[in-house]
Amino acid sequence: MIGAGLERLDHVLSANSLLVAFAVVGMVMWLSNTLSSRLTGGRIHGSAIAIIIGLALAYWGGITTGGHKGLSDVPVLSGIGLMGGAMLRDFAIVATACEVDVERAKRAGLIGTIALVLGTVLPFLFGAGVAWAFGYRDAVTISTIGAGAVTYIVGPVTGVALGAAPVIVTLSIAIGVVKAVLVMIVTPLVARFIGLDNPRTAMVFGGMIGTVSGVTAGLAATDRRLVPYGALTATFHTGLGCLMAPSILYFGVLAVTGG
Amino acid sequence: MTISGVALLALCTLLGQALGDLLGGGLGVKANVGGVGIAMILLIAARVWLKDRGLWTAGVNQGVMLWASLYIPIIIAMAAQQDVAAAISGGPMVLFAGIGVVCMCFAMVALIGRIAGRGDTMDEIEARERLESATKQADAA
Repeated sequence: MIGAGLERLDHVLSANSLLVAFAVVGMVMWLSNTLSSRLTGGRIHGSAIAIIIGLALAYWGGITTGGHKGLSDVPVLSGIGLMGGAMLRDFAIVATACEVDVERAKRAGLIGTIALVLGTVLPFLFGAGVAWAFGYRDAVTISTIGAGAVTYIVGPVTGVALGAAPVIVTLSIAIGVVKAVLVMIVTPLVARFIGLDNPRTAMVFGGMIGTVSGVTAGLAATDRRLVPYGALTATFHTGLGCLMAPSILYFGVLAVTGG
Repeated sequence: MTISGVALLALCTLLGQALGDLLGGGLGVKANVGGVGIAMILLIAARVWLKDRGLWTAGVNQGVMLWASLYIPIIIAMAAQQDVAAAISGGPMVLFAGIGVVCMCFAMVALIGRIAGRGDTMDEIEARERLESATKQADAA
């Protein structure tokens, strides 16, 4: 009797997975906002707490299912995958463009572009240096790990293009994910110290950090009004990385290592 | 109509993605180059164009704002599907590279921000806008 009831409930939840996701995320946000005002007096943003709870649930999902898509690998919670997937994420980011002040964005255009280029080259060099320090000596491996430090999309795109070993590609993805996760958590904490309270710095931040998930979640947790400015530059970052890492930057590494 | 705003948003997003893919293909890259950024620029342009002609109705605005307001919940769902387990179990090099690169990037943001000089904060901008609209109303009266 109870078994049959549970089975029916399971069926209802699976058939309406997106609605389950709305309900779960709504509860997480309600809980986070309550924690934010009760425990921190509003000092830590409710959305920052919600993102950390989201990441913790993703860890739990990954551990229990052994999958790679966090909480959305749990069958009844598969709707989380649709709700937070690339399609709806991009749709909602584009919608925030209505809050952009055109003149302000134009004025920050040049500095944003400079940040974009630096945000590709410097992380790549840093990642390549770390790979060297950990004993890797061939240009393909060093470039793939360097590309992973740009974003978790640039890493595998570069690795596959250059023919790196699968284990190295996995490492490059992991570095990019660590970057994205850290940016989500750390941004609201350091925002005050790096002057992240105005549209121009938000555009520099988007170009420099790049990882769209990290930038948009980090800004959302800091000040919702800054999101569209950061997103505007960040969305060019992955494309630029995919363009530069397997070409110019790889040739640079090759010239240094000689093989 | 609310749906016209949602449809406008969908058209801009689709067109942006298509152009981003074309741009990536043209550059010989296996990725979308700036698809979302292009879509945002299209939406901004469409809003200016429609506003000038008085066609940016409350319904259209509502359709776009509906999705803008769902932005944070969607980001939380995105956070909940990251491969956090893999990131944590990636070993010392992964953690070292990840933490180091984030520190470096934050330092660079602070540095570039300093060099560029201080911009107006969102609070200052909103305060000024409120003041301006208040003065305008006072002038009208």
